[in-house]
Formats: sequence, structure tokens, C-alpha cells
Amino acid sequence: MSARLPVHSMTLTTAQPNSVGVVEPQFFTFAQPPDEMKLVSGKKLGPITLVYETYGTLNADKSNVILVEHALTGDAHVAGYHKDQTSKKPGWWDIMVGPGKALDTERYFVVCANCIGGCSGSTGPDSENPATGYPYARDFPIITIQDMVEAERHLLDHLGINQVLCVIGGSMGGMRVLQWTVSYPERIRLAIPIATTSRLSAQAIGFNEVGRQAIMGDPDWRNGNYKREGVIPNHGLAIARMIGHITYLSDKAMHNKFGRDLVESNGSTFTFNTEFATEFQVESYLRHQGSVFVQRFDANSYLYITKATDYFDLTQPSGSLRKELSRVQAKFLVISFSSDWLFPTYQSREIVKALRQNSLDVTFAELQTDKGHDAFLLESAQLSSLISNFLNYAID
Amino acid sequence: MTDPATPSSSVQRRPKKTDIDFIVDLIEPRARVLDLGCGTGELLTALQERKNVFPQGIEISEEAIHECVSKGLPVYHGDLDEGLADYNDGAMDYVILTDVIQVLYRPDELIREAARVGKKVILSFPNFAHWHARFQLGLLGHMPRTEQLPFEWYDSPNIHLTTIRDFKRMCRAEGFQILQELYLTGSFDRGFTRISVLPNLLAEQAVFVICR
Repeated sequence: MSARLPVHSMTLTTAQPNSVGVVEPQFFTFAQPPDEMKLVSGKKLGPITLVYETYGTLNADKSNVILVEHALTGDAHVAGYHKDQTSKKPGWWDIMVGPGKALDTERYFVVCANCIGGCSGSTGPDSENPATGYPYARDFPIITIQDMVEAERHLLDHLGINQVLCVIGGSMGGMRVLQWTVSYPERIRLAIPIATTSRLSAQAIGFNEVGRQAIMGDPDWRNGNYKREGVIPNHGLAIARMIGHITYLSDKAMHNKFGRDLVESNGSTFTFNTEFATEFQVESYLRHQGSVFVQRFDANSYLYITKATDYFDLTQPSGSLRKELSRVQAKFLVISFSSDWLFPTYQSREIVKALRQNSLDVTFAELQTDKGHDAFLLESAQLSSLISNFLNYAID
Repeated sequence: MTDPATPSSSVQRRPKKTDIDFIVDLIEPRARVLDLGCGTGELLTALQERKNVFPQGIEISEEAIHECVSKGLPVYHGDLDEGLADYNDGAMDYVILTDVIQVLYRPDELIREAARVGKKVILSFPNFAHWHARFQLGLLGHMPRTEQLPFEWYDSPNIHLTTIRDFKRMCRAEGFQILQELYLTGSFDRGFTRISVLPNLLAEQAVFVICR
């Protein structure tokens, strides 16, 4: 490796206006019966459709692929805009993916697929069960992080991509990053797991369970068959999202954002009535987040995917993370955030420790921020330059 | 910043080297090197360029970590006082501590850990028994402030200063073998020259290579 100037220096802002522009989702269907995909649970699933998007151009020797893994409620729409979209919001990681950005679409071919079990175009509990003609609902098999990666492996085979330059993702996306390096060590050159863990803490499982109970306790959940019965458990799903949002922020972030501000700024008094109406800004924000979420996310998907994160445990079957990572070959950049209490830094350090004990090339950085777990989705010059510099050198 | 590419020129009467130059000279090509408190990666970069080593660093400052990554160095963002539990015995050919031991809570614990992880340990530290320091404390009666130790007593990060004699005493007590010792006079800015006479009185900086 020789000295060479980094593409992004720390002084540059990462907020380049460059967008990938209008993108079109693509679909890939596989595992047609009788060749269904075998799941970790022993059950079979097929046919499976994955919705995916790509940005940039695949080079001749297919060596410039960056696979992006989305988080719990993310989707394949990472950057740019859809042709017919009504909102002005670009894809969920537009700050990171585009010409001149950290995942530079002028150099790299970026791929992202919606995970199985999802509800944004890939096969999930809301998809039609070919056996009944109705949505799977609870007939959908239990899926794991490993199954999600296996489905993506089918997609890469379909695209003719044998080796991925880099797999990157935050939170549950980071779990899939780690799983990729374990399931297919020879197919991953670089791995960037962000704000993630080799297994959820009891605290995080607890929050997931409260979210699930909110959904299942909604009378409109109808034992999962709400679609068939023409209702939607909006209330339960919104509560699950509100809880989720609290865990994605931090005490400081919430204080800075809302403090104890009231919705009506005409005075400092409370109403003292039993309507329990929205009075504080933070209540208004969470209710808004909940109501927006139910328009785009399926309640059963929420149950299945949170369960997949609960089950994820890279230390198994041996009980030793070091042992389970012994076949990994990738070079790593592990990133955590100081105020993330959902996936705390110690969990990233555990991953780094096991990787280093296997003599792997690992860089670890804990970024100082008040933003909490959500920090990986937010504009940050530090995060962008870390990623682009790491990619830049590793490619040599 | 020192410029490792410029060797001591023959024009100078007394060729002076940086402390980094002296350390680079001690290391074989292609060695596995762990630099504890690697800062912005100056030493590791020099080692990479001149000795083609496999570098690794640990550093507590986030800003320095960013700079290391921008130089392509694999680094770990962490606190040395938490130890080296991540590393297997003998995982490194060299573990290096340059101007680090004096800022640790328990230098002995990290040096022991370094000697477990590294086949050899290189330590570089300011010699608190240098005549300049002795003069200030012994005759002038105040805490020494030198080029090497510019801080006031109340804002100094140096909480465990030592002398060449005390360090050797520690090596004996701990059972460390001293493989090499370099005594340097000069400063970080002006460069150093090696001396051998009355080192504990005349050397500002000491470099030791030790092993278990």
C-alpha cells in the first residue's frame, strides 16, 4: 500500500447534492416448487421473489460490487427516486450512495435487496400463499438472518456476481453483513458492519417483544388474518413503531429535539383534563412516526423480522464467537456510536475481539455522537470519510 | 511531523535522527507490529514504507483514528488501560509503546500484557533523571518542565514518569530481559543523537527492547 490522497478528506462535507436520480426496482423470482429454498427451521419456502435496486455500473470483471443490507424496516430503495413517487424523500441511505458519495456510484456497483419476510416487494407474510390464494399471514414460515442471506445469495448468483467487494449495513443490516462473512467467507472481500451485534441483548429482545405484543394485542390483528378480514392492526403497529423510535434515539437526542416543549406554544400550562390529548412535542412526534409507519409497513412482517433478529446468535452452535468466526476471510471496518444504547459499543468490541483473535485485519471506530442508534442513517462527515477511506485503501 | 524519507544528510556535522528513525531501525522487515497509542500513525506509516511491516494500532482519540484510516492503517479505537485481552499470546513480533507508559494508570499491567502479546516489546520514554530535570527539582525546587515534559504539574497527562535506573529495576523485578537499550539526547523537534556515557544523567529519552 502506498501513500495516496483520500477521496474524501475530513474537511469536505459529505453532503454532495449528487443523486443517482430516478431508479427502477427490479424483481427476481426463484425457488419455484418443487425446488423451494430450505430454511434454517427445516421448512421450505417458494417461490421467492426479491425486489432489488442497483446503482452505478457493474465493471467487466464484476469486481466493484457493494452489497448494501437494510435495517429492520428498511427496503431495497437505498438512493434516488422512484418515477411515480409522491413524496420528495429519496431512498433511505441517499446520503451514502451516489456519485462522489462514500459509496461512489461512479466507481462501485451498489446492490440492495429487500429481505425475505419483508413487505416492500420481497416475499413475506403479506405475499400470496400459492396454496390458498390468500396472504400467508401466520402460515409464513419462521425466517432467520441466515435465510435472508441465503436468499440474497440466490440473487447474486442470478446476477453472475461471484465475489462482493464489500458488504455494508447498519443494525439488522449489520447482522446480515456478519452472517454473509460467515456463510460465504470466500465471497466477501470487505465487510462494514455498523451499529450492530453478534446477538441481541435481553434488553433489545425485550423491546422487540413489547412491539410484538402491541400488534398481537390489537383486536384488528385477528390472529394474523387481518388482510383476509378487511382490517389492519394500525394501532398496535403504530405503538410498536413508537417504542422502536424511542430506542433508536438517545436521552440527549430527545432532549435536544423536543425537551419538554408543548405542542401549543400559546402558554406553558397543561390542560389537566382526562382527554390525555397530545400535549408534549415528543408525544406528537412519536404519534406521527407511528401513523406514517402503518401506511408503509405490514404488521405480520414486523413480527417475523423482529423475531429473526431475536433468534440471531452468531456465537452458536459452539457458544464461542471466536470459533464461529474462524472461517471468515474478509477485511473489516467495524463502527459503533457512543450514544447507541440499543446496540451498545461493547457489542461491536466483542465482534472486533473475536475477529482479531482470528488474526483478521480489523479496524474499529466508535464515533462520538448524541444521535443514538439512528446515527448510522444520518448525515455524518466522519462516517462517510471513514467508509470511503477504508474502501479506497482496501481496493489497492 | 517528521519526514522519514529524508535520511540524515552527510552535510550535517552530527547526523540527527528522530525517535521514530531509531525505532524503525530496530525492526526487521515484514514483522507484525502493534503500536499502542499509535496517534495519527506516524510510526506505523514509516514502518510500513521502510520495513514493509504488517501494522496495527490502538488509539484512544477519534480524530487520530480517522487520520489513520485515511492512511490505510488498521486501527482499533480503544483505551490502553483496558488491556490487550483481544490478542493471543505471541500474536505480534513487536509491540511498541512510544511515549505512552507515563500516561497510563498502571504501566506495569500494560507492559506485562505487551510482553505476553509481543515476542519483543519496544518502549520509548522520557528520562526523568536527566540533569535538566534534576537541576530544576533539586536546586531550583520546582517540578521540572523541559522540552520533553512541557506541562505544569496540574495539567500534565504524565502521571507515571520514570528514570532509566527505575525502568531497569522494574525489568529485573518483573523478569524482563533487556535485549537492547538506546540512550538519546536531543528533542523531538531537533532530533536525537545516541550517547553511552552517564545515560541516566545525560539522556533525555530512552529506548528499550525487552522480552519476557
